[in-house]
Amino acid sequence: MGRTIIDKLWSEHRIADLGDGTSLLYIDRIFLHERTGSIALKSLEDQGRHVRNPEQVFCTMDHIVDTTPGRGDATRVPSGTDFIKTTRTAAHAAGLNLFDLDDDRQGIVHVVSPEQGIAMPGVTLVCPDSHTCTVGGIGALAWGVGSTEAEHALATKTLVVKRPATMRVSFDGQLPYGVTAKDMILHLIGKYTASGGVGYAIEFAGTTITALPIEARLTLCNMAVEFGAWTGVVAPDDKTFEYVKGRPYAPKGEAWDRATEHWKSLVSDSDAEFDREIAIDVANIVPQMTWGTSPQHEAGIDQRVPDPRNEPDANRRLSMERALEYMNLEPGTPLEGIPIDAAFIGSCTNSRLSDLRNAAKVLKDRKVAPGVKAICVPGSSQVKLAAEAEGLDRIFTEAGFEWRESGCSMCFFAGGESFGVEERVVTSTNRNFENRQGPRTRSHLASPTTVAASAVLGKLADVRKLEPQE
Amino acid sequence: MEKFTRLKAIAAPLLRINIDTDAIIPSREIKRVSKLGLSDGLFAGWRYTEPGGRAEDPGFILNRDPFRQAQILLSGLNFGCGSSREHAVWALAEWGIRSIIAPSYGGIFYANCARNGVLPVILDNDTVEELARQISENPEQHLIEVDLVERTVTAPDGVLHSFEIGSADREMLLEGLDAIDVTQKRDDEILAFQSRDRLRRPWIYL
Repeated sequence: MGRTIIDKLWSEHRIADLGDGTSLLYIDRIFLHERTGSIALKSLEDQGRHVRNPEQVFCTMDHIVDTTPGRGDATRVPSGTDFIKTTRTAAHAAGLNLFDLDDDRQGIVHVVSPEQGIAMPGVTLVCPDSHTCTVGGIGALAWGVGSTEAEHALATKTLVVKRPATMRVSFDGQLPYGVTAKDMILHLIGKYTASGGVGYAIEFAGTTITALPIEARLTLCNMAVEFGAWTGVVAPDDKTFEYVKGRPYAPKGEAWDRATEHWKSLVSDSDAEFDREIAIDVANIVPQMTWGTSPQHEAGIDQRVPDPRNEPDANRRLSMERALEYMNLEPGTPLEGIPIDAAFIGSCTNSRLSDLRNAAKVLKDRKVAPGVKAICVPGSSQVKLAAEAEGLDRIFTEAGFEWRESGCSMCFFAGGESFGVEERVVTSTNRNFENRQGPRTRSHLASPTTVAASAVLGKLADVRKLEPQE
Repeated sequence: MEKFTRLKAIAAPLLRINIDTDAIIPSREIKRVSKLGLSDGLFAGWRYTEPGGRAEDPGFILNRDPFRQAQILLSGLNFGCGSSREHAVWALAEWGIRSIIAPSYGGIFYANCARNGVLPVILDNDTVEELARQISENPEQHLIEVDLVERTVTAPDGVLHSFEIGSADREMLLEGLDAIDVTQKRDDEILAFQSRDRLRRPWIYL
């Protein structure tokens, strides 16, 4: 029987079989950020342990850094500066590769890692951050871990992992106008629930995936964790190789030739069997919008807020009722047209150059609706520089968006900057949990273009009804 | 790490699905670079009446007797989904929770539990609901026994339910092992792997 890409990546990194489906896996790359990396490094130090291969460990500042122009170590998160300074000191002491606040390689960890060629096809990469699965989009086997597991990886360059079941999610067909990778993954989660992927490593495959640019594949894999999956991966192809080539930490010369030759083998064999298969025809997907407090609480923008009374499962019904109360929404209300207070474009899900370009096409020669607070936070300093070089910053600011320094920013509320109490935000981020973006803030997840269209109209909008401005 | 063998304790039912780690401990409650001092922030968004405040909401299960002394938490599917923050487990453990019983878990949260002396038990949804029903209907019968040696949960009515757990996680919890110590015994194998791998995938070695 043929092997899946997950089987291949697993066996290539297996140091020892520990029985019971558990393996000791070799970890090629470790990434840290100041929010959870700080405690892992400090704890390791307190135990007198050392980082085994510091040259293969990377660290950035993203989670609680200030994103207003001209920023320094000061942050609006109470005691946030301690996280930055602790991380900096520990990273220097351990000899890690640090992309500090004044470094133009700084940015959100999952944006930086493929951008710098640290995440590559075939590598195992872990980070104490749940969205590490993002870089599965480039053909890496990457997953989020806790701080203690990060310590284990740092000290031993390995992790003890129970092998997940395998799932293939095949997306086929041509994406309809206005529909993006974000809409694909929200649609999947809406249909199969936020726990639909629990216990699985997922390969995203099919003709739609093959046609997707690399940055869109990163968006798709980013939310594999919102599907409950251990991770998601897209098999590397020529597009991937073209994306990786020439990046600072990517192999060069003869090493490049050897690497690409190897990477070409990292595809599922035609007769490989997965434990579960899901097939989705993308022709039926419309721009998606969440209405509740779990990513599974979502629907097409042309739909209405659902009625919990129609939900047969009692637990889901309760969760829907709680969500609608929190979101202050009545069943039957059309999603399109719900007034908003704010719009946010950013996060490891949707803050790459292509996301900003697509949003800018909607915003060009248009204005954000009066009273709507609109913020754009590029995913990395490199994304910000590239966007400015092509004038995207001016399109955003002329439309009425704030243009920020890179970081995770208001994807989550850590005690600093937030949206207001009971404000309604349309956001290109990944989590619409209660209080996620601010105390009692109501979050609606959508694609960057849908966020841009909604910002212009001052209400949840169907981007397909706005003509793009070329 | 604290060992886990057997525990007979008060169990608090919190049967919501998809309880995320942001709900278990909001990011705003993570104020220091430390694994300690987090229990005050546990379920802060639900436990207190105001965001950031400390006035208790009497409707929340862990604010009611006898559940203030609960050491076991019953929950709905996908408990601990979302953010990888290990602070969720540290907060639960510091508050006093030693075991959770739910139909499924967020994967990272599950792994974090076993590394902090907290036993995550998987039982099917009907069984978890039955346990919660017995506790709710007869508050005198709120004790559940979790036995990691036998891999069983004893309901208040005495009925025994078996559960499965990976042998590596089980051993780590039973013995209170430090996972790094265990792995470092395989140092020769790791070195040998690196030597072989360096020839096979030289571009990995920076």
